[in-house]
This record gives sequence, C-alpha cells and structure tokens, in this order.
Amino acid sequence: MNQASAGVPGVDRGSLARPRRGLADYLEIALPKIVLGPTLLCGLLFIYGFILWTGWLSFTESRLLPRYDFAGLLQYIALFKNERWWTALTNLAIFGSLFIGVCLTLGLLLAILLDQRIRAEGFLRAVYLYPMALSFIVTGTAWKWILNPGLGLQHLMHQWGFENFTFEWIVTPGMSIYAVVIAGAWQSTGFVMALFLAGLRGVDDAIIKAAQVDGASAVRIYTSIIVPSLRPVFFSSLIILAHIAIKSFDLVMALTGGGPGFSSDLPATFMYTFAFNRNQIGLGAASAMMMLMTVVAIIVPMVYSETRRHRRA
Amino acid sequence: MGALSIRNVTKRYGATEVLRGIDIEVDNGEFLILVGPSGCGKSTLLNMIAGLDSITSGEIAIGGRVVNDLSPKDRDIAMVFQSYALYPNMSVRQNISFGLKIRKVPHDKQQEIVARVAKTLQIEHLLDRMPSQLSGGQRQRVAMGRALARDPTLFLFDEPLSNLDAKLRVEMRTEIKLLHERLGATIIYVTHDQIEAMTLGDRIAVMKDGVVRQLATPQEVYDNPADLFVAGFIGSPSMNFIRCPVAQSDGRLGVQLHEGSERFFFPAPAPLQQALGAWNGREVVLGIRPEQITDKTPFSGQNPNVVTRVAKIEVVQPTGPDTLVLIHLNDTPVTCRVHPEAGARPGQPATLMFDLSKLVYFDPQTEKRIA
Amino acid sequence: MTGYERTQSVGAQSVGRLIVYTLLILFALYYLMPLFVMVATSVKNLDEIRAGNLLALPRAITFEAWAKAWASACTGVDCSGLKGNFMNSVSFVVPAVVISTLIGAFNGYVLTQWRFRGSDAMFTLLLVGCFIPFQVVLLPMAQTLGWLGIANSTAGLVFVHVVYGLAFTTLFFRNFYVSIPTELTKAARIDGAGFFTIFWRIILPLSPPIIVVCVIWQFTQIWNDFLFGVVFSSGERQPITVALNNLVNTSTGVKEYNVDMAAAIIAGLPTLFVYIVAGKYFLRGLTAGAVKG
Repeated sequence: MNQASAGVPGVDRGSLARPRRGLADYLEIALPKIVLGPTLLCGLLFIYGFILWTGWLSFTESRLLPRYDFAGLLQYIALFKNERWWTALTNLAIFGSLFIGVCLTLGLLLAILLDQRIRAEGFLRAVYLYPMALSFIVTGTAWKWILNPGLGLQHLMHQWGFENFTFEWIVTPGMSIYAVVIAGAWQSTGFVMALFLAGLRGVDDAIIKAAQVDGASAVRIYTSIIVPSLRPVFFSSLIILAHIAIKSFDLVMALTGGGPGFSSDLPATFMYTFAFNRNQIGLGAASAMMMLMTVVAIIVPMVYSETRRHRRA
Repeated sequence: MGALSIRNVTKRYGATEVLRGIDIEVDNGEFLILVGPSGCGKSTLLNMIAGLDSITSGEIAIGGRVVNDLSPKDRDIAMVFQSYALYPNMSVRQNISFGLKIRKVPHDKQQEIVARVAKTLQIEHLLDRMPSQLSGGQRQRVAMGRALARDPTLFLFDEPLSNLDAKLRVEMRTEIKLLHERLGATIIYVTHDQIEAMTLGDRIAVMKDGVVRQLATPQEVYDNPADLFVAGFIGSPSMNFIRCPVAQSDGRLGVQLHEGSERFFFPAPAPLQQALGAWNGREVVLGIRPEQITDKTPFSGQNPNVVTRVAKIEVVQPTGPDTLVLIHLNDTPVTCRVHPEAGARPGQPATLMFDLSKLVYFDPQTEKRIA
Repeated sequence: MTGYERTQSVGAQSVGRLIVYTLLILFALYYLMPLFVMVATSVKNLDEIRAGNLLALPRAITFEAWAKAWASACTGVDCSGLKGNFMNSVSFVVPAVVISTLIGAFNGYVLTQWRFRGSDAMFTLLLVGCFIPFQVVLLPMAQTLGWLGIANSTAGLVFVHVVYGLAFTTLFFRNFYVSIPTELTKAARIDGAGFFTIFWRIILPLSPPIIVVCVIWQFTQIWNDFLFGVVFSSGERQPITVALNNLVNTSTGVKEYNVDMAAAIIAGLPTLFVYIVAGKYFLRGLTAGAVKG
C-alpha cells in the first residue's frame, strides 16, 4: 500500500535552511514561568517556609525574643497543662458546632423560603447578606452594645414590662461564648443562604417535574429530592464555616475581649495573647501549630472523602 | 519545493508517545487532510506544524525552511480553529486586521487587504459587527478571513466545521473547496469526519494511535484501504467485515460463506489469486462495501466477477436515494445497499447481486490487507 | 427552579404563603435590627440613650457623636478620633488591592493560557494559602518585616496583604480565564502577538467582570482585616478596625455608646457602600471564593 512518506522529487533532504532561536525567542518561552515565579516564591517562602519556621519556634524556649535551640516538646506540654488553652479548645468546640449548626439550618431555611417565588426577593436577599460586608469588629461592637445588660436588650425588655427578663450572657463566664455565637451567626448566615439559594436554582427542573408527575408533595420534593442534591453546597458551606470558626479572632476581641476573665477565649485569641502580649513566643507558636493541625485534621478528611465520592460517582 | 515536509516526527508527553515517526510531504497548492478518531494525534500534529506544541524529535519544514525552533509567528502560517477563536472584544474588521497590525503593515494596506478578503468571503456587510452578533456560519467565514488576510505559505484548519449544524457544514464544505481551487493555497485540514476528508482532500492521511495508517488520494483510500482500520473508518455505512475461510474450487481460490444453511463460494478475481495462495484453508476477514451488494439489475450476467445469491432480509432502512437492508452472512450482520424500488421487505428472501471485483481481504491477526 | 404550585385549595395555599412571608419579614427585621440600633444610637445624646431603649426612635437627632468619633474620640492615649486611622486604612488598602489584583490577573493568565509542566501543581500549592489559619505565619512575618525595615509602616501592611491575598486573586482570575478557550491565545500567537500583547489586547478587555469581583473581594477583606492590623502596626499607624476596637474598649471615663456606634458605622461604611453599589459582584466574589475546594 501507499504508506506514509511520498518523497517529493528534486528536494535535497539534507540542505534545508534551519533558523535557530534567538535570545528573544528564549525569553518568550520562559516568560510565563518568569511571571509566575514571584508568586510561587512568595507562596513557598511566606506560607510553607513560615509554617516550618513557626513549627521550629514551637520546639524552642523562646519567650520575649525568638531563640532557636531545640527544646523538645516543652511548649506543647506547657500548652496542654494550661487551663486557659483547655478553655479555648472547649470554647472552640462549643462555638464551632453551634455556629456551624445555626448557620446551616437558618441558611437553608432562608434559602428555601426565598425560593418560593417571593416578591422583592432581591431586596430580602440583600438584607440577609449585608452583615457579610461588615468587619467582625463592627459586628462585635454593635452586638456588644445590644447585648450589654445595662442599657441593651435586657433594659429594653424591662421597659416593655418583662421585669424579670435577664440576659447577661456577655458578662457571665461560661455563657459569653454563646453570645459570640449569636453575633457570628448573624454575620455569616446570609452567606450560607446565598450558597444554598444558588444550589436550589441549580437543581435540574426535569427531576422536579418528574417527581411532581409521580405525585410527590412539595414537602416531599424538598426533603427527598432537592435537599439531598444540595450535598456539595452543604459540603462547601461546612468547610467555609469550619474555617471561619477556627480562625475566629476579631469577633471575640471586639465582643468580649476573651472575657469575662478568659472565659470566651478561642485558640486564635489565646495565640495572640501569649505570643504578642505575654511574650511567650514559644507557647504562641505551639498554639498556632495546633490551630493549623486542627484545620488540616478537619478539612483534609472532608475534602478527601468528598473527592472520593465524586470519583466513584 | 514542497510547501510542508514532516520528517520522522515524534511527540511524547512524559512516557506516553502521542505521535510515532510521522513522514508526510505536501506539495504547493495541495489540500491534505489529516483524519482519524479522537486521540489519534492529528490535532497534536497540526499544533506542532503551527508551532503551538513542541516537537520531540524529527523535523518540520515549511516552504523549505526547518521551523522546529521558530515561534508560530515566524512560520508563515495561518490557522482556522474549531471554536473560530475570534477576539470577542474586536469587530470583524479588527479581527481580520489584527495580525496585520501586529506585523506593522501600513494602515492603508491593511484596509485594502481587509476589503479584498471581505469581498472574497462576502462578509463586507459584517465588517463593523462584533463576533457575538454573528451566526455560526458567519463566524466561520470571519475566521477564514483572518487567515486569508495573512496570505501565508500554509493554511491550517483544525476541524473548522465541527461546530456548525449539518446543513451549514455541507455548504461551507463546498465553499472551502471553491476557495482552495480559486486561491491555489496549500491547506492542511484536520477533521474526524470521513465525509469531509473524502470530499475535500487531494490526499488523505488516515491516522490512528499516532501513526499514519495510509496516505493516498481519497479514491485510493476508499478502494484500496491499507488495513482493517482504514477500511472501516472511511465510508458510510461502513464496510462489512466477514470472517471466512479461504478455499479452492474449480482450481480457483476464494472464500466460503453461508447464509443460514445455504453455502456460497466467492472466487477471488484472477490478479488476487497469488496473494491468497498462502491462506488456503485459513481464515481471513473479507471486506465488502454495502454498495457492492445490490438488488439484481439487468447487467448482471455480463461480468464474470458479479454473482447473484438469495439471502433473507432482516431489517430494511430506507434513506431516500437508496435503501439499506440487513442480511446475515456467516452469522455476521451485513449491510447491503439496494434501490428503493427493489421492494425489499423484512423476513423475505431477496436475490442480491455481489460485485466480487472489489472485495478486499485482511489478515485477522495483523489486520493488514492481504489482497 | 422556583416554587411549586400544586393543586391545593386556594385557602390552604394563601395561608402557606402568609406564613412564608411572615417568616421572611421577621428574619429581615432581625437582620436589620443591629443596623437600626447602631444608627439610632449614634444620633442620640447620652441622656436619651440612658432614658430610652435600644429600639426607640431618636427624638432629637444630633451628630455630635459622629463628629467626636471622627475627630476627637480617644483610642487609648491618643485622642484625635478615627480620621487618621481611616486615612491609614485607605493608604494601604488601595495599593494592596491594586497590586494583588494585578498579580492575580497575570497568574490566572499564565495558569490557563500558558500552562506548562508543573503549573497545575503550583496552583494547588498556592491554594493552600486560602486555608491556613494566619496565626501560623504571624511570628515569622513580624520578624521578616523588621528585617525588611517595613515593620509598622504602610508598606509593611501592603506587603502582608498582597502576599496573603495572592492565593485568592489568583484563584479568581484562574477560574475566570479557564473558560476562555485557549484557541484564542493560539490564534493571537499565530497572528504574531506575544505574551504581553495578548494579555493587554485580548485577555484584559474580557476581564472587567472578574476585575470588579476581585477588587471588591480584596477591598472588603483588607479593609475589614483586624488580625494583621493589630499585630503589624501600632499607635497612629493602626488601621481603622484596630482603632475602633481600641476606642470601644477604652475603659477610662464615661462609656459613650453613641460615639462607639458612630465609630462602628464609620468603620463599616466603605464596605457597606461597596455592598450597596455592587452587591451583585460582592455575592459573586463570595461564591467564587466558596468553590475553591
């Protein structure tokens, strides 16, 4: 058969001109890498490098000034003997689970309500979402005023005739962390609502029509078809909320300052206090590493299991 | 001097070999088609010609100049893409003149070229529109206009019609062919559509798994496919393949077939006798195109290579110009192309006429053509 | 997808809708309440605050608290209000937003249109930057800023915000540019355009939507930041969020709630304004950040 090559007669196969690359060509080829280089360098240095650096500090006796001689697990032992650290961890567990739970529940509820062909949907959506534009410091300041027992909500209820109404969470050790939940949820629920709403709008219409033809009720359609199909939205909301919860710092600083005492401390405020106010750099570094590990411990398995699900599906 | 030479070109991504030893010479003014299923390496090859993909080994020369180390802009080529790749933020006029502007062609000259190209492609009225305001066919024309404006040594087309609907595709096919004939340009055209390949190309390179399986004129590829893959890929409906033993009867070699309990012997034409000799008593794959099995026509008796046999019809699919009927030979479904007025009915036996002169035989192991 | 009408009695249906609307309105009131309280409190005088309650409408509107918050309130020892800090914030937020957006755009361009071996791995590496708790970089960064001689300076804050904003801006632009067919870049290369020409002439003109999203996101993030501000700046260099927190927590003298609220509104106003003007893009930024996983 006539295979592949059909040599053209008269062409001397060896003697074709072969222009070579010039400097400009090499530059052109290297340019994308050159452009991306600084970012990569920043990432390696200021993320990974700094994590290692902090990790190293956490194994030293550094106090006011960093020192770099290895001291073993000293700081970690100190950390877990520290009552305040345990309070911070307990608070993180309380705050994290309540904050995530309230945001998810309310966010989904609001999204479903808004999904009922509501007039002024755009306006309502904007109202639910605006706290997200504010700084946690602003949110904290506002709620600190609202929740203060003197002239705030409690005072209002008394004026309205509920003389026995007491609401002193913000100044009560053991309760102040719940006040943080109120403010945090107020700020972040709208975001979750927006995610869920986008998810609801993305559900395939044909599936719903099929369910209607099958005679499913509206409630049934939501509970057995739509909400389960929002799994990816639940997943990303969960990750984001968990992330916000672990990093939470400004809200606590503004709302309670970690108080009363240190009863509403979170790991983030603990880290700040010890590393920068109490000159315990080593201990601060150890607590920062614990925060990083918590993020890794929570987010990595979630991402892993979700991507595995995707791959199987 | 040839417009394009591809010499022993290979492409590797890490450990995977995408192209292995491609050799193609293209003459000036030739219309070469690269055709094959997706993943055969045809688009990679085109990208390598364009300079958008590096060459692992071998040489590519355009207009007598080895271009391995040249960037796309220095290769004197133009390319038309499947997605048209029109710059969305520029008007049609700006799209066509962009390459000229970059090359610092004087403004007057640019306008002159745009006007000429627009006239050739009949898109003068579209020049001030934005790409988003154009239909698919119009976008296709603008994309071609952009290539024409450059007047390159080589035109590269990367599946340019795949995004058009069927009707427009046929229209644009004709136009591309007309354009080629009028401009005398050299075109390398990638497609996965064998009809486009057949209708457009001066020559076709059929590719699979990074290898050119056959490089020949469309008729040659159709009539004398190099192997089972080429035979099956070119032609629609595709060629029927029937496994059957080679036997001797009346001193002539041929293949044995059966339809139900009925046995046929199809003698091979005289020139193929020798090639089949080594296969006596062994199984081969017989290739027969649907149009070689038709209803009985009055001329049947004249040609010694035409025989008639009766077979039971199982399915009838009218296509308009002719009707496809399905029969079974050697328990393999076989499509035949009969005249719509032959009155084929499912479940009925019909007398069919087999043209044995064009049968092809393949080695079942290597899938290569035997004869 | 929208709500589902089913063959129910008209009565049952309208009762259902009444419940839906009631709930929605109650929630809306709840979400608006703190804003109302802030505004109302900020225009009352202290006597009226003590005599009335949170939700009472102001009787005599006064902007004294606003003037004080802006120009003479005490944040710690310094009693010159928030105006200096407001300008501090502006002075590092603007360059940080511009620089991080620009670099992000280039990164996204390379990561989608000029991919090379290892570029995807680089992106993944960078994405981690979105996830780490920043506490883990604070101590080394404080030291590094000192070495670089930009500790407690505008340049220092710009630097920190650019470095830790790059992961997000790159993500935004990458996710946007990934939908631009690479054939566009290829066509331009064949037309003779180079790396920067293609960026300026082809890619950037397509980018306004994502630039808006990215700028808004970065602006809100950096303006609202507290952690970097409180760690890497001090005294009169502090950004407004830090100053606000100091003002509210200054325990000397009478607690002036109206000044606190006015200060909080001043601190929140720029981002709130952006939200009202460009809410659509704000939401897009949030959700784009959400699909980072």
